[in-house]
Amino acid sequence: MTATVFRWREPSILPGFGLALGITVTALSLIVLIPLAALFIKAASAGPADIWAVATSPRTLAALKLSFFGAFFAATVNAVFGLILAWVLVRYDFPGRRLIDAAVDLPFALPTAVAGIALAAIYAPNGWVGSLLAPYAIKVAYTPLGVMVALIFIGLPFVVRTIQPVLEELPADIEEAAALLGASRWRTVFTVLLPPVLPALLTGFVLAFARAVGEYGSVIFIAGNVPMVSEIAPLLIVIRLEQFDYAGAAVVATIMLLLSFSLILLVNLIQASARRRFGDV
Amino acid sequence: MSDASLPYQIEDLAPARAARRVKGESRIVQFVLVAISLLFLCLFLFLPLISVFVEAGARGWHAYREAILEPDALAAIRLTLLIAAIAVPFNVIIGLAAAWAIAKFEFRGKSLLISFIDLPFSVSPVISGLVFVLLFGAQGYFGPWLAANDLKIIFAVPGILLATIFVTFPFVARELIPHMQSLGSADEETALTLGASPWRTFFTVTLPNVKWSLFYGVLLCNARAMGEFGAVAVVSGKIRGVTTTMPLHVEILYNEYMGAAAFAVASLLAGLALVTLVLKTVLEWHFADAIAASRRH
Repeated sequence: MTATVFRWREPSILPGFGLALGITVTALSLIVLIPLAALFIKAASAGPADIWAVATSPRTLAALKLSFFGAFFAATVNAVFGLILAWVLVRYDFPGRRLIDAAVDLPFALPTAVAGIALAAIYAPNGWVGSLLAPYAIKVAYTPLGVMVALIFIGLPFVVRTIQPVLEELPADIEEAAALLGASRWRTVFTVLLPPVLPALLTGFVLAFARAVGEYGSVIFIAGNVPMVSEIAPLLIVIRLEQFDYAGAAVVATIMLLLSFSLILLVNLIQASARRRFGDV
Repeated sequence: MSDASLPYQIEDLAPARAARRVKGESRIVQFVLVAISLLFLCLFLFLPLISVFVEAGARGWHAYREAILEPDALAAIRLTLLIAAIAVPFNVIIGLAAAWAIAKFEFRGKSLLISFIDLPFSVSPVISGLVFVLLFGAQGYFGPWLAANDLKIIFAVPGILLATIFVTFPFVARELIPHMQSLGSADEETALTLGASPWRTFFTVTLPNVKWSLFYGVLLCNARAMGEFGAVAVVSGKIRGVTTTMPLHVEILYNEYMGAAAFAVASLLAGLALVTLVLKTVLEWHFADAIAASRRH
């Protein structure tokens, strides 16, 4: 397999291309690609009538609705507070700033089951936060609101870490020019500083959203898991599996995957168009 | 921000104050934004983390020790360490191979290969487990063949291992690829020209160059391998003391209303998360160039 015959790779004096690519492609196929293909084949083998029946059953629709709308709501909350947090971390100096900057990654490092039981404990009616809300008849744990809390927890670092580098590299001169030309601070922030951050904010939003849609561990402890009310789509897959309804589980999983992949494609398109407008983001 | 509505008369202000007026927000706005951020982090990050340790210690030191030294808990700790001890080195080898092929050579389909390596990030953990049940479960494609040959993958350790490797597949590769790309191939070409063998070049030139981004990837990979819940929950079958990893053991205890014991085991995992965060932060401060890329995952 020499480069002069097959023009699909540039010639190089470095050795080991075949070995390295071979190991990578073999492992990738065996562990990721073939198993995922098996999922699609299993879902397709259910037949159109069964697929439609599973996809449009009220329980499936309720679970998908909760997972997708819950993820959308959580990603929106994260976009607002993540932007404030990133702004504060990049622009202000206050005691404990570096500690807080490091702590933002906690949801990446903390196992989801641990996060799940901890959130359930503090948002339960007798928990630290839940007991403060109980007098106002606000129930968080074991309701759809509890699902949102877990999804906000899991998505926060995606938004902050995507915005931070863009905020750090905003040029100071346009900001000074806007202020010296008489723009109010408010106007400078919203018409000069934030527009270049918008693509990154949108990317962070979609990453947080995509992660939240599939999230399982941190949600099931706080959700209450009542069918049709607080049952997320990944849990429905687990329930179908426990009933040995492999095809049903595969159909729900395929719907989720196709929706998630469309989102990833969307992120790539946003990034490509942002690169054309603002340079590297 | 009422005072910001008029053009500034810079000469009236002390220089430092002028700079702040032009570029920053007023003290009050700064204070409010910092307060909102801290409150938000307290509600969603700090209180849950603290509660793990408080609940773990609620029944006292003796109960804590007992929860951790109980045989099923010890078996769970052993299994978690075993899974990480296999999954992490596996991902190191694959990550190094993938980074070598992608960073040192130009070939068609490279960006497609990178997308495929990143694929597990966008798959729900539950689906990552489900795919292996569909292949190797009792009613899966290879189920009858496995049963006939007396092999068990699902509801056994190999299934847990496969699900963990699937979930952690991108971690090492995606830290190594951008770093190796930024380093180029000049060092390796020099070593080869001077007569070093390919393997010697790899072990004495390439590997030392990328050691910090490799360590960073290993750190994140290990945290995920030890903490993975959804994918492992689907394939494990949760046979106590046999196929329960630490996160699954936490779930079982919690569902049996043994809250203090669940939080005691959870506190070990939270401790692992804190150690990971500290090491990660130290690496980011000292080796920013090596690990500038992809802090997102």
